[in-house]
Amino acid sequence: MAHFEKANSVGEWLDQRLAVNTLKRVLAFEYWIPKNINFLWAMGMVLAATFGLLLISGIFLLMYYQPNVETAFDSVNYTIMTEVGYGWLWRHIHGVGASVVFLIIYIHMFTGIYYGSYKRGRELIWLSGMGLFVAFSAEAFSGYMLPWGQMSYWAGMVITNLFSGGSLEAYGLVEWIRGDYVPGQAFLTRFFMLHVLLLPLVIIGLIVLHFGTLRIPHVNNQDGEDFDFEEAARLYKEGNIKESKVIPFQPVFLAKDIFVMGVYFILFFYLVFYHFEFAMDPVNFDPADGLKTPAHIYPEWYFLWSYEILRPFSKDLGLIAFAIAQVIFFALPFLDKSENVAPASRRGLFKFWFWAMLIDVLILTFMGKLPPQGIWNVIGLIAALAFFALWIALPIITKKEKKL
Amino acid sequence: MSNRRDFMGIALGGFTALVGGIPALYAMKRTWDPLPSVKAAGFTNVDVSGAVENQLVVEKWRGKPIFVLKKSKDMKADDRDVVVGSDRFHVSIGLCTHLGCIPAYVSDEHKFKCACHGGEFDASGHETFGPPPSPLEVPPFKVDGTTIVLGEEGAEFKKMKEAGLTV
Amino acid sequence: MNKELKIFGVVAIFTLVLYWGVEPFAHSQMHKHVEGDNFAYSEFKASGKKGDAVNGKALVTGAAACTGCHGIKAINAPAPMDASMAGASYGVNPPDLSTAGALYDARFLAQLIKNPAHALKVEHKFDPAKGKMHPMTQFYGAGGDIDQEIADIVAFLKSIAPKEMSNKEAFENACGRCHANRYGKMSQLGETPKFKYKKDELKHQVAILEYQDKLKAYMGKLPPDLSIIIRARSEHFLETFIENPQSQLPGTSMPAVGLSHEGFEKVMAYLSETGDPSKPARGELGPLVLIFFIVFSGLAFLWKKEKWKGHH
Repeated sequence: MAHFEKANSVGEWLDQRLAVNTLKRVLAFEYWIPKNINFLWAMGMVLAATFGLLLISGIFLLMYYQPNVETAFDSVNYTIMTEVGYGWLWRHIHGVGASVVFLIIYIHMFTGIYYGSYKRGRELIWLSGMGLFVAFSAEAFSGYMLPWGQMSYWAGMVITNLFSGGSLEAYGLVEWIRGDYVPGQAFLTRFFMLHVLLLPLVIIGLIVLHFGTLRIPHVNNQDGEDFDFEEAARLYKEGNIKESKVIPFQPVFLAKDIFVMGVYFILFFYLVFYHFEFAMDPVNFDPADGLKTPAHIYPEWYFLWSYEILRPFSKDLGLIAFAIAQVIFFALPFLDKSENVAPASRRGLFKFWFWAMLIDVLILTFMGKLPPQGIWNVIGLIAALAFFALWIALPIITKKEKKL
Repeated sequence: MSNRRDFMGIALGGFTALVGGIPALYAMKRTWDPLPSVKAAGFTNVDVSGAVENQLVVEKWRGKPIFVLKKSKDMKADDRDVVVGSDRFHVSIGLCTHLGCIPAYVSDEHKFKCACHGGEFDASGHETFGPPPSPLEVPPFKVDGTTIVLGEEGAEFKKMKEAGLTV
Repeated sequence: MNKELKIFGVVAIFTLVLYWGVEPFAHSQMHKHVEGDNFAYSEFKASGKKGDAVNGKALVTGAAACTGCHGIKAINAPAPMDASMAGASYGVNPPDLSTAGALYDARFLAQLIKNPAHALKVEHKFDPAKGKMHPMTQFYGAGGDIDQEIADIVAFLKSIAPKEMSNKEAFENACGRCHANRYGKMSQLGETPKFKYKKDELKHQVAILEYQDKLKAYMGKLPPDLSIIIRARSEHFLETFIENPQSQLPGTSMPAVGLSHEGFEKVMAYLSETGDPSKPARGELGPLVLIFFIVFSGLAFLWKKEKWKGHH
């Protein structure tokens, strides 16, 4: 048994039992972050804060939400929105947060792609991050079912139908997922379970893993510079903070993060109070009706690009294209054959690849919401083909890339 | 000694996974299965004696919309028509075979049009335009006098199924 | 610093383009564009005749026989049938005329009396040539100048209209005979009372269901509950749809309601009360939260400057 001396303060008492001083040192005051960064490096903490908001607002919504096909709609739109004190506030934060969190995820992802932060030992950071993207997607989808409005029902119908596998006609699998022939009570309750328990647990686990994967390869910097962190940390601790290439996570890195967060929250709460329609689709304020399809069915904006990859092809080909699009970003660290870790602007053809990919995804997103007719179909098809062409081109252009 | 310990460790792990894990997974899979009460959602009887030509009737069967359309004389006869007495009916599950939306019937054009992705079907349920890969499906049915019983596989339905006209 | 602003500019531009594409642009392509008439009913010509309310009353209760179907509480004329029976006879319960003069546009009323199916824009459903008559019979005149007589009737309706009407009364009179509003505790039979006994409650529910069955047969389907329609449709859609349903949904069996602009605003206010009651609270709390985060950001900026001192 360890030997304990009488503690002179609460801090000391805790330190004896939990090694809090070591924890503080390792996790905060001597967790070194490169100094050469910009505000995009704050997106991780912005995401963590948004997840926190979703968690808190979700807890309060959970107190009055009823996962029952008869009462779900009114428990959200009447009980929570009109009767519960500040219920509307939690719902708006939750709805807007669910949408905005994807904007930040995409910014975070494309930042990583631009600066090459998925290579040279940082592959697991990318993979765990993509895992989080998938888990957040599942969380968003399952949450979208809960108000049991028209879009909930029909999105549930269309997305679960994808599991029939086209010509495989695996309707048994679809019915197994739904627990019914069509989305019904069993469907709602199991997605409720996924949304409030299983998926949040997975997300929290993945967040811990994501932070963990950062420790050994360290955070990347604006120039992709590979330097000796221990040497830089020694300089910093000696007081040469100007010469040192690192800053401690707390308080220096955090000070900037919190300022960025403040600006972000101004935008966030502006949306919550004055501009929430984009995140709370009007169609979902019509109660679910299995016998009436809405005139336009489209997913939330953050799924549009992959939905558009499904649409322009024939059924089976569309499904295959869709399945590839879902996982292809996982392969990025292995398809980028270049050794260079540097901003895309210095990487020859990759620079064009980056902007082409960004714009292509943007075009796919636009087309995914437009009615599938005429010129939109043509643009959608071209953009979908371009998406795959870009992925095929990636290993070729990066292999030829000059070493910096 | 260490070999023996490894062996016991593997034996324990294997036993747990095979005898404990697989049955546990099976139990979980079964929990996700549709309930018997859902499966036995029963049968729907549609009396077609009062049906009007070229006017679509939408019935509900196992939560799905069922199209019943009495064909007029000028509409093409089809192998998949349900014959009741001297009348021909088009009976199908009213879900687009593309992604499951409900097409609307445009009676002037004798066509079903899907609002979701622009698919079209003729009055016999055959796809004529857009992404639908196959005709509207015919639900299991049995003709009983002037009543069509949905959910029961009658002789006519079995014949259609054998001929590969529906799944 | 300059570089950060440049990067921020790029992120902001892409975000705004993304927003534009999936919201304003997509919606402009998805919904058809319909221009409203601002409830002026300019397609109906005004006769220009000045009505006489006294003669109007004589017509309404006499020759024109309005009271044969309509009740007028304002002059103590009860409805000839209760709502359920009227629903069974006509498909829908004919409205009490006490508030018509306050809710509906005068030009519309004149046209309605002259040719109901035309004014209501339901001629596709009610075509006398096919033997399908609108349940409201048109007024053929009482022997004199028909335009003068109609002007008299409208003048009478205006004279008995209440000066003040609550938003809820406006909804009940203009929409409530077809549409329920369960968040406002309104059914097609009016406000749902509190029942002491379960038996009475169920009886009332059965009466509602029976009325709804008649309505379903009359309209083709049960008109939707309007509790939160204010969030399910845009204000522009509701405005143009209420003014002329055919403009947004060709073939719909919903009739033009004939609301005056003032009547429309009252109905919208009621729909907002039941469908978006947190609107005032949002307006109050919003600025406070935003000011909080502006101050927070200011302090955070100063803290950041202090912590980064000497780093560059």
